[in-house]
Amino acid sequence: MATVTTPGQKAGGAPGGERIATASIAALINDAIVPKPSLRKTFAAMMAREFRVLARNAITTFVRSVMQPFLFVFVFAYVLPKIGGGMMVAGGSGGHGAPGGGVNFATILVPGLMASMLLMQGIMGTTMPLVMEFGYQRTIEDRALAPVPLGLLGIQKILAGAVQSFIGALIVFPIVLLVHAPGQAPHVDVTNWAVFAVVMVFGSTMTSSLGMLLGTLLDPRKMQVLFAVVLLPLTMLGCVYYPWSALSAIKWLQIVTLVNPMVYMAEGLRAVLTPSMHHMPLWAVFLALIGGTLLFGTLGIRTFRNRVVN
Amino acid sequence: MTDTAPAAITTRDLRKTYRSARGDVEAVRGVDLNVPSGEFFGLLGPNGAGKSTTIGMLTTLVAPTGGTALVAGHDVAKDPVGVKRRIGVVTQTNTLDMQLTVAENLEFRSRFFGLSAGQARKRAAQLIDAFGLGDRRKAMATQLSGGQARRLMIARALVHKPEVLFLDEPTAALDPQTRVNLWNILQVLHDQGQTVLLTTHYMEEAEELCDRIAVVDHGTVLAEGTVDELKQDAGAETVVTVRFEEQIKPDFPERMGLTARSSVSSAETDGDQIRVFSSEPEGLLGDLVEMGTREGLHVRDATQTKPSLETVFLALTGREYRE
Ligand SMILES: Nc1ncnc2c1ncn2[C@@H]1O[C@H](COP(=O)(O)OP(=O)(O)OP(=O)(O)O)[C@@H](O)[C@H]1O
Ligand SMILES: [Mg+2]
Repeated sequence: MATVTTPGQKAGGAPGGERIATASIAALINDAIVPKPSLRKTFAAMMAREFRVLARNAITTFVRSVMQPFLFVFVFAYVLPKIGGGMMVAGGSGGHGAPGGGVNFATILVPGLMASMLLMQGIMGTTMPLVMEFGYQRTIEDRALAPVPLGLLGIQKILAGAVQSFIGALIVFPIVLLVHAPGQAPHVDVTNWAVFAVVMVFGSTMTSSLGMLLGTLLDPRKMQVLFAVVLLPLTMLGCVYYPWSALSAIKWLQIVTLVNPMVYMAEGLRAVLTPSMHHMPLWAVFLALIGGTLLFGTLGIRTFRNRVVN
Repeated sequence: MTDTAPAAITTRDLRKTYRSARGDVEAVRGVDLNVPSGEFFGLLGPNGAGKSTTIGMLTTLVAPTGGTALVAGHDVAKDPVGVKRRIGVVTQTNTLDMQLTVAENLEFRSRFFGLSAGQARKRAAQLIDAFGLGDRRKAMATQLSGGQARRLMIARALVHKPEVLFLDEPTAALDPQTRVNLWNILQVLHDQGQTVLLTTHYMEEAEELCDRIAVVDHGTVLAEGTVDELKQDAGAETVVTVRFEEQIKPDFPERMGLTARSSVSSAETDGDQIRVFSSEPEGLLGDLVEMGTREGLHVRDATQTKPSLETVFLALTGREYRE
């Protein structure tokens, strides 16, 4: 191969504008540290990037994670009790799966609301960034070119979403403790920290895995569908406002809701936070949350890889 | 591989067919490339030729549907991580991290490649300085002009001293001055031994920068070689084009004895214009005008294109080179 035509003549005289510092460009090649990437370092750097972005959007992130639980709690634990919404109290109906008497609605609401936040934040924290990054400009390629397998990038995205989901759910605690009508304070207590940790951790990884699957499957232009077809039905029929056992009055619905991942998070949290109420057996909850994480995670990472690589 | 220089890029019968419900697109149909280390190699071709698809396969972002490709000694399909460690990529679209600032784009990319946070900050500062982005270091990536974004993308592709730098139409949509600026940068990088694969649809860009060029269209390589070789093989000829007010009869070149001239390799009519390829163009333009007048044609305009990649492309494809 010949070293032909390297017309340096024209190269010398760039007209005006930013002058090119030849020496400093050359130094980029000559003074470069030869990097030694490792999976761990790259993964950590990607997580650091995620948190830098979250911190930059701290205010909107915060508002997003506080508004929903605040409004829920405000309406259900303050407004309704005040205006005499006693009939809202699930304990009053005496249906055969209903919780023992004396449990106010705020108490029933806490686990459900936390589950709902796990879902909302898990999906928001995973699906939305993905949709943006797979948009017209495909900024995902920035990360896809990092020297790690794409599967690891997928896992990193799921983990970042899970952290947001986890924090989003915890925010419910201070809100319910602060916002309620007099005498309507919820009676919640973490009765088993290990179970609580398992439910919270796998609840958040399951929702962000689901978020990964949705974010890589859905057409970005049809994002409204996400709310209408996924988030709204899952939340409304996710045993947020009543325990699953209470659904025994509507047997078919009780069976159908078993496909709703939301149910297991709500029931799992109920089991640790308000054990006096009926709840699903823990083995079913664990099986669903861990199995759901593995299932959605595997499928999600597969669709993610297929979306990144044409 | 007869070359003694270590190959930076080697492809064998590389193919890509995009499959979809709306039909398959054969974007790349068997490309063989051999780019030695240290070379500045160009893929020149019009829109839809398959340039981005080829770069995509070489940079692991597009999965080949046939053939093989080795980049920096690693197989793109079998060892994508090995490839990614050793390449820098400037994609055709702006893929900067829009959530980050200019400095952060460089810092995080450096850290993705294993630099510590401190080393990354230093490297970012060095790159920002060299690429003249000092006053934009705290700007968000979304706030950059086209030229600034392009420079940042090149800077970002260099954080880890890649063995091979890929640039997909780096100067598209830039004003002429910014383009020349970028050329200078690329020239300096090349002078330091940087291996570069660049795609472009600008003839003069390929001519200005590249040691060797492959002219591609419809997913195949039409010709490959140094600029001089290409001109020698296919286009050491001037193209004289005359456009008339009236339509030209297809037998015009024949009747006027043009095709019989030894200096004319071909003459073709196309509606109201005639195009003549010649190695001795002196006086040809005048002859054409005079011949036209004899036919009762009125000249509208005339151009004479000196041997260049433009004429090479014309000779290779029989089509005018339009972007
Ligand atoms: N993701 C895709 N799915 C289907 N077809 C595609 C895809 N990407 C590219 N193509 C098609 O493959 C062919 C080659 O496209 P490619 O982007 O590689 O060309 P190019 O040479 O880079 O063109 P340009 O100069 O416009 O960037 C085109 O016909 C294009 O429509
Ligand atoms: Mg392209």
